[in-house]
Amino acid sequence: MASIHEKKFVSGDPDKCVGCCVCEYACSVEKEKTYNPTKSRIRAVRLNPFVNLAVACRLCEDPPCVAACPRDALEQSQETGIIIVDEDKCNGCGWCIEACDYGAIMLHPETKKVFVCDLCDGKPKCVEWCPEEALDFTTKDILAQKARVSIVKKLLQEALKAPT
Amino acid sequence: MSYAKRILHVDLATGKTEIEPLKEEMAKKYIGGIGLGMRLFLDNSKPGTDPFSPENPIVFATGPLSGTMAASAGNSYAVVSKSPLTEGIAESKSHGFFGAELKRAGYDAVVFTGKSEKLVYAWIDDDSVQLMDAEYLKGKPPHETEIAIREDLGDFYVRVMAIGEAGENLVLVACALNDEFRAIGRTGMGAVMGSKNLKAVAVRGTNDVNVADLEGFTEFIRMIHERMKGPATRKYRTLGTPENVLVLNALAALPTRNFTQVTFEGAEKVSGEYLNERYIKKIIGCATCGMRCDHIGVVPEGPYKGTTARVEFECLWSLGPNCGVDRLDAIIEAIYLCDYYGLDGISTGGIVAFAMDCYEHGILTKKDTDGLDLRFGNAEALVEMIKRIGSRKGWLGDVLAEGTMRAAEKIGKGAVKYANHIKGLELPGYDLRTLKTAALGFSVSFRGACHLRSGAYSPDLKGKVDRFKIEKGRGKIVMDNEDVYNAIDSLILCKFSRGVYYDGLEDMAKYYTLATGIKMTPEELRQAGERINNLARVINIREGKGTREYDQLPPKIMSVPVPDEGFAKGAYVNQKEFDIGLDDYYEVRGWTKEGIPTIEKLKELGLIDLVPIVKKKIRSQTPKKKGKGGK
Repeated sequence: MASIHEKKFVSGDPDKCVGCCVCEYACSVEKEKTYNPTKSRIRAVRLNPFVNLAVACRLCEDPPCVAACPRDALEQSQETGIIIVDEDKCNGCGWCIEACDYGAIMLHPETKKVFVCDLCDGKPKCVEWCPEEALDFTTKDILAQKARVSIVKKLLQEALKAPT
Repeated sequence: MSYAKRILHVDLATGKTEIEPLKEEMAKKYIGGIGLGMRLFLDNSKPGTDPFSPENPIVFATGPLSGTMAASAGNSYAVVSKSPLTEGIAESKSHGFFGAELKRAGYDAVVFTGKSEKLVYAWIDDDSVQLMDAEYLKGKPPHETEIAIREDLGDFYVRVMAIGEAGENLVLVACALNDEFRAIGRTGMGAVMGSKNLKAVAVRGTNDVNVADLEGFTEFIRMIHERMKGPATRKYRTLGTPENVLVLNALAALPTRNFTQVTFEGAEKVSGEYLNERYIKKIIGCATCGMRCDHIGVVPEGPYKGTTARVEFECLWSLGPNCGVDRLDAIIEAIYLCDYYGLDGISTGGIVAFAMDCYEHGILTKKDTDGLDLRFGNAEALVEMIKRIGSRKGWLGDVLAEGTMRAAEKIGKGAVKYANHIKGLELPGYDLRTLKTAALGFSVSFRGACHLRSGAYSPDLKGKVDRFKIEKGRGKIVMDNEDVYNAIDSLILCKFSRGVYYDGLEDMAKYYTLATGIKMTPEELRQAGERINNLARVINIREGKGTREYDQLPPKIMSVPVPDEGFAKGAYVNQKEFDIGLDDYYEVRGWTKEGIPTIEKLKELGLIDLVPIVKKKIRSQTPKKKGKGGK
């Protein structure tokens, strides 16, 4: 299986993110037809002016949220990796919320069932809207590649700068 | 529709609250923001109320776009009250995150009246409104207060606007800050909060904000986002407003040393270029904005190493060139201290510059300054003076905490000659001797000296008019700009984004209608702007301040010719051209020679209920028949 280009998720770049929350609004419009960040599947955090990041589901391998659910209400899609919530089974107990290290699965303020990023059928609106291009729809393999390329580029620049 | 249709009244003395519905007619007439805020202020106040009296209401108003995804407008709120500085109408706007949260909590406006016995903060949690003990926050700077309240309430997403020590000490130029760097800056609103023992307002809103046409509105925002990546916002995204330093300096319009010179020999060292290269660490943005403009500066070395502050042109100028200071590290420290104490940076810089001018002229001596060498250019003295003003420390600190106008009266010995204010509010960073459309615009502004009431410096800077004279026609330029700016401040669009509304009022009216579902034509929106300006004027008249004698310029602008060599040498505003400007402005406004809105004008604007206020004034002025001119 060509897994390297599959299972894309929404990844935020803290160097680029300015904490503007446009992603939250874009998500709530797409999914809930209203403006309300508390109903967004991606949430931005500004710790201080220099540390901003938007966080959404990272499609963990062997996801702890699924394992934590006592009612088998959560299931990971084999195909896309998203977490599918069976709203009939979910009773909002919140064990999955505690199990998630990223705060990416949340309790919906109205339905009182959990909700999580579903990647907008492969075209995430938050990525489309982000004015800073701080959100990437990508896979973990590609992220690792990018990190390697950028570190080697840096080394190359250093080498070119060094006196001969 | 994007209005919450609810106005919250909070009595700080009893903690009692009341909800009043916002009627659609009122919403359309006054839009929101400063328009709605001023109408609510008028309806909830008595004439002649002392600004620090419990009876002086302080109104928080969101805009019709607040809480939506509207780029740079979804995050805003305005605060309106009676100003302790001008004793007339006060208004200020701020962006960040607070305004959106307030709208989501379900309010178009909150009217605070009364005075709490102890220091409290108001905790607005959707429908639940409580006054919480804030004694433990006494003396804390606004940002620390924000963090403490968030921890206290155990919710990271609570948004807080708070005053600092200056507001608690009733320093007249005190501001309030939200989201660390965003200020309700001008006209002393922090002091009014302090007089009510209201340390902060904390808010959490979880309701939906719906618009009338979700698809159309979202598409409109997408277009605005695209435009925000273009030339209209270039300045704000790149060097930021400090780009103005070298621009104004080259045009001989950069007020230097308390409006003595119009060029600064240290301009390069405090320029936007120099700042960005050496000090700016990150540029961040407000909620929903596609532009980002907040230039966060950090001092890398020296005595102020590590100091962090958001740097904009106005404060950089007021605490830099205006005080003769050419050290950016000290300017960043000074801006930080203004935020720390909760002081309006523009006014505070103006006050210190005034004190420095007095010191240079021997009106203030080392005895008065407790040994401080308050020369222009002394960065350490600037930093020390801000601390003294913020905490009202020492005789001079206490006197200067009253603002330039009152301090000049207290100091005496001819200090008024160096007092640069209009109606009691300190001047921003445009030299009015070489920008004369701006001079007229600043003089008639209802909240006192302000570049953001009409933006009348713009035609001067762009070369659309001869900026070295006032002539017939400038009145209309000022009026047209004012009306648009009133609409902007009532929709509460960010003024940095004004250039992205390519079709001006037409774009803005469309924005309004898509959000609210209330039909609004560009002409109706313009008229709303005109209505709001007249409303503000009538409020000032009610307070005994709104007439011609208060539309004045500082003595330096009117009598001290520009000393700098070059094309600007000798420029100043003479009484004759200034009178031509005022006459012209009043005429196009449909006001009397004394600057009072006529009964016909008020009727035309649907302000018939304000006629008695104006009638009384016109009648009281008839027997005198003194004509024009200041006192």
